[in-house]
Amino acid sequence: MIRFNKVNKWFGRDHHVLKNITLEVKQGEVVVVCGPSGSGKSTLIRTINQLEPVNDGVIIVDGITITDPKTNINKVREEVGFVFQHFNLYPHLTVLENITLAPIQVRKMEKAAAEQLGVELLERVGLLNKKDVYPAQLSGGQQQRVAIARGLAMRPKVMLFDEPTSALDPEMIGEVLKVMQDLAESGMTMVVVTHEMGFAREVSDRVIFLDHGEILEDAKPEDFFTNPQHERAKQFLRQILAPMHQ
Amino acid sequence: MNYHWDWGIFFKSTGIGQEIYLHWFITGLGWTVALSLSGWLIAMLLGTVLGVLRTLPQRSLSAIGTAYVNLFRNVPLLVQLFVWYFIVPDYLPEPIQTWFKQGLKPEISGFISVVACLGLFTAARVCEQVRTGIQALPRGQINAALALGLNPWKTYRHVLLPQAFRIIIPPLTSEFLNIFKNSSVASLIGLMDLLAQTKQTAEFTANLFEAFTLATLIYFTLNMSLMLMMRWLEKRVKVPGLISLGGK
Ligand SMILES: Nc1ncnc2c1ncn2[C@@H]1O[C@H](COP(=O)(O)OP(=O)(O)O)[C@@H](O)[C@H]1O
Ligand SMILES: [Mg+2]
Repeated sequence: MIRFNKVNKWFGRDHHVLKNITLEVKQGEVVVVCGPSGSGKSTLIRTINQLEPVNDGVIIVDGITITDPKTNINKVREEVGFVFQHFNLYPHLTVLENITLAPIQVRKMEKAAAEQLGVELLERVGLLNKKDVYPAQLSGGQQQRVAIARGLAMRPKVMLFDEPTSALDPEMIGEVLKVMQDLAESGMTMVVVTHEMGFAREVSDRVIFLDHGEILEDAKPEDFFTNPQHERAKQFLRQILAPMHQ
Repeated sequence: MNYHWDWGIFFKSTGIGQEIYLHWFITGLGWTVALSLSGWLIAMLLGTVLGVLRTLPQRSLSAIGTAYVNLFRNVPLLVQLFVWYFIVPDYLPEPIQTWFKQGLKPEISGFISVVACLGLFTAARVCEQVRTGIQALPRGQINAALALGLNPWKTYRHVLLPQAFRIIIPPLTSEFLNIFKNSSVASLIGLMDLLAQTKQTAEFTANLFEAFTLATLIYFTLNMSLMLMMRWLEKRVKVPGLISLGGK
């Protein structure tokens, strides 16, 4: 579904943020990307829908070579949902309008059909009763669930999540992870940047550890957590898991 | 000072038919409003396009907006009016030139010149407000639109501009009021707007103070009502629960 072949990216001339990334995500797979802050996780996930262009290498999404300059990138973006750390809902639109905007404008759906779809998705994320309110009237966790519904409204083949719970108060993390877990169980292909190691362990099929723009580990969660290969990964795990053993 | 105030003057006949002086003020106000609203329409349309241009990543396009703003903001309004009124018509292609100079009534061709002048001058100012409004939005708004496959036009139309306009209603209000005040330049090329009618009344009646007091009251009432209208608009489009769209 997603394939990276020797992808490199620089910010400016000498800040090498993605180093020779080669990676494959199969249909239906759930892949967690983790690593220290600044290691290039956001940049990596944003290259999948070309919110960040790359300098060289090839990225293929659903059979389309998106690094080819001739590709109409909007067509690819329609198939790839993206959930941001800070939700980025449209504050001037109601919850339902947030969800129906792209289906109506991009997919040319009838308004009534789009609203029907919106209602179904809101039901799925448990927020049907909020369909007519504005994002600012929702809690962070609710906003993020709307953002997930908004992404799903395009009926994407892949969903990307960039730290979807790290801007949330702790008591709201669970409700968002629950929606993501349901989505994973429904067979969605997902790439998730997160430090929620519980989610990685229980839901993901693979964990990728990124450090200084390089993939150091690419393993099944049981192997990653019990037997990481690199010293940097061990150190990262010690740090991130420490609070849980207190 | 031994000035004899005479407020009855506005109801005295001008000597032309049934007309009283108050009529002059009313037709003057009509011209002022027509000039200002027509100019504002142009300013909003053109200013929005230019403001959007200035926020585009393509350098050549944003440079067009920048050049326009520099030109129209740095040349005094009066100079611009004389250019539109005295110079530009000579460079119009035939047969438009003959039509403009001879086919149209003088007050209509004057009206067109003043509207073009006010509209293009104010467009530069609206452009800057629109640009500021767009740039005040969090970068995540564009990213979210792009990620959903919206093209640039739809991103501006449905995501960026509706938010930017809400932010800039207060500064736009002051531009809107300014265009009414600026429209008084029309009197300099002989259009009978409110200011011109006031001056004419003062000359005809020698009741200078009454004439200008009334004009002041009319301009003041006009401005206050426009301001209240814009306040009402601001309330109407306010997004529930949102303190400020500009933040973050
Ligand atoms: N737009 C940008 N311009 C320049 N440098 C950037 C930009 N975005 C990110 N970076 C740099 O690239 C590196 C990787 O960033 P990022 O992908 O956001 O890391 P992560 O998500 O893992 O924290 C960081 O050093 C960051 O400072
Ligand atoms: Mg990040």
